[in-house]
Amino acid sequence: MLKDEPEIRGSADYTPAMWQLSALAVLAVFGAWWLVTWAGLIPPLYLPGPAAVFRKLVEVARDGYMDATLWQHFQASLLRVLVALVLGVATAVPLGLALGLNRVLRALVDPLIEFYRPIPPLAYLPLIVIWFGIGEVSKILLIYLAIFAPVVVATAAGVLAVDPIRIRVAQSLGATRLQLVRFVVLPSALPTIMTGIRIALGAGWSTLVAAELIAATRGLGFMIQSASQFLNTDLVVAGILVVALVALLIEIALRRVQHHLSPWLGRIS
Amino acid sequence: MTALALKRISSTHASRAGPPTPVLDDFSLDIRAGELTVLIGPSGCGKTTLLNHIAGFTRPDAGTIEIDGRTVTGPGADRGVIFQQDALLPWMTVVENVGFGLRLRGLPAADRLAVTRTTLELVDLVGVERHHVWELSGGMKQRVSLARALAADPQTLLMDEPFGALDALTREQMQTLVLKVWRRTGKQIVLVTHDIEEAVFLASDLVMLSAKPARVASRIALDFGRRYAAGEPARRIKSDPAFIEKREQVLSWLFEQGERGDA
Repeated sequence: MLKDEPEIRGSADYTPAMWQLSALAVLAVFGAWWLVTWAGLIPPLYLPGPAAVFRKLVEVARDGYMDATLWQHFQASLLRVLVALVLGVATAVPLGLALGLNRVLRALVDPLIEFYRPIPPLAYLPLIVIWFGIGEVSKILLIYLAIFAPVVVATAAGVLAVDPIRIRVAQSLGATRLQLVRFVVLPSALPTIMTGIRIALGAGWSTLVAAELIAATRGLGFMIQSASQFLNTDLVVAGILVVALVALLIEIALRRVQHHLSPWLGRIS
Repeated sequence: MTALALKRISSTHASRAGPPTPVLDDFSLDIRAGELTVLIGPSGCGKTTLLNHIAGFTRPDAGTIEIDGRTVTGPGADRGVIFQQDALLPWMTVVENVGFGLRLRGLPAADRLAVTRTTLELVDLVGVERHHVWELSGGMKQRVSLARALAADPQTLLMDEPFGALDALTREQMQTLVLKVWRRTGKQIVLVTHDIEEAVFLASDLVMLSAKPARVASRIALDFGRRYAAGEPARRIKSDPAFIEKREQVLSWLFEQGERGDA
């Protein structure tokens, strides 16, 4: 199915055979899930079977949950994550570029980012609520903060890893400092930046539930929490699956973009 | 006429352990316009340091470098550089790489295309314009590197062991290409190499450097490159007793230098 790669590192391309294997892995997990619940090994309160979860999903999609349909919960969450992502990338990439290009700035800003980066969002959630209230701003800000740090770190790392020979070549072709950034540094760092964005988006989705703890009436995170309080395990699992599916689809799209922007990655040049 | 003047250059290499080691100490060299100057010498004699100073990538601790009377203060489009490893930009196609210098200068795309076409023809590279550079062989990549430097129309071409990573056949093809470009364009070329045969074949002005600190140990005018340009086949020149004699002469000098360096 997959031919043995003579090199330690395979190609960066995701081949059809790899897609098949990935699908097989997912099917295996679903199969195991179905089997243990069908055999009655785990009570439905702890883990409902796939059929129950699917029925719940259809029900919520049709009738809604807590005064909103599944689609409305989904829209609310997706909007929060996307707004946070756009704002995060728009601010983190320029800052990361500046940090990678300027040592003084790096020395000043690096400790601040490394200070807040490992703090769990739930820990500073109360502060955000005190400062920014219980509206959309706080929810988006929490997700934004989770996205911001990894993109800054990845962008700065990408800039610092630019091959100095490329810089020299452009300089000897007459490039100005601005042109170096625009034509050499940014495109060189782009694959690393894209990887940072992919990681950041994962962090953003992880923060969604925390963000929707803040007086939310809509959102997948809100739906999951609320369902868990009423021990609606089937809806909890359904919500998790929807979040996972959306995150996966966006991840695949980002990989496509990354491959399109940097098709030479992983090739022996 | 002196085109390139290195005046009393001193330079040190920073080292992690101990004081910086001197590489160049009060080194001077004049190079005439239009020569194909080859710098050769034992490893670590400062050839690449010199080339980096001329390119403006690094600055000497003391001394000046003048090109046509103008002092070098940094890298510039008047000096095109070709490195050993290909330094092409992988997100650009072959034409985009070759036209990069013109794009930096703000030349419109249509004008760039005309220049890149003729330059690619000059380096015998046609039919790969729209290819990605990572699809090319090592020799083709170096042709693109050469074309990129030429398209920006520099006064001087600086080459740092440009063919060191190529196989013997490709290297000889690239050597003849350099001679063709030199004859057609009349550009001044300064080339650093470890390959003695390459040095003797290409150089019109062969500068042999001794090490630590670098000195011009010997300098000879050669005409094998001109003979090739006049139509004599490369293999015949390289097997000519006069060529072999020169090659052995330079080789034994280099071995002497190496032994002295080891002692």
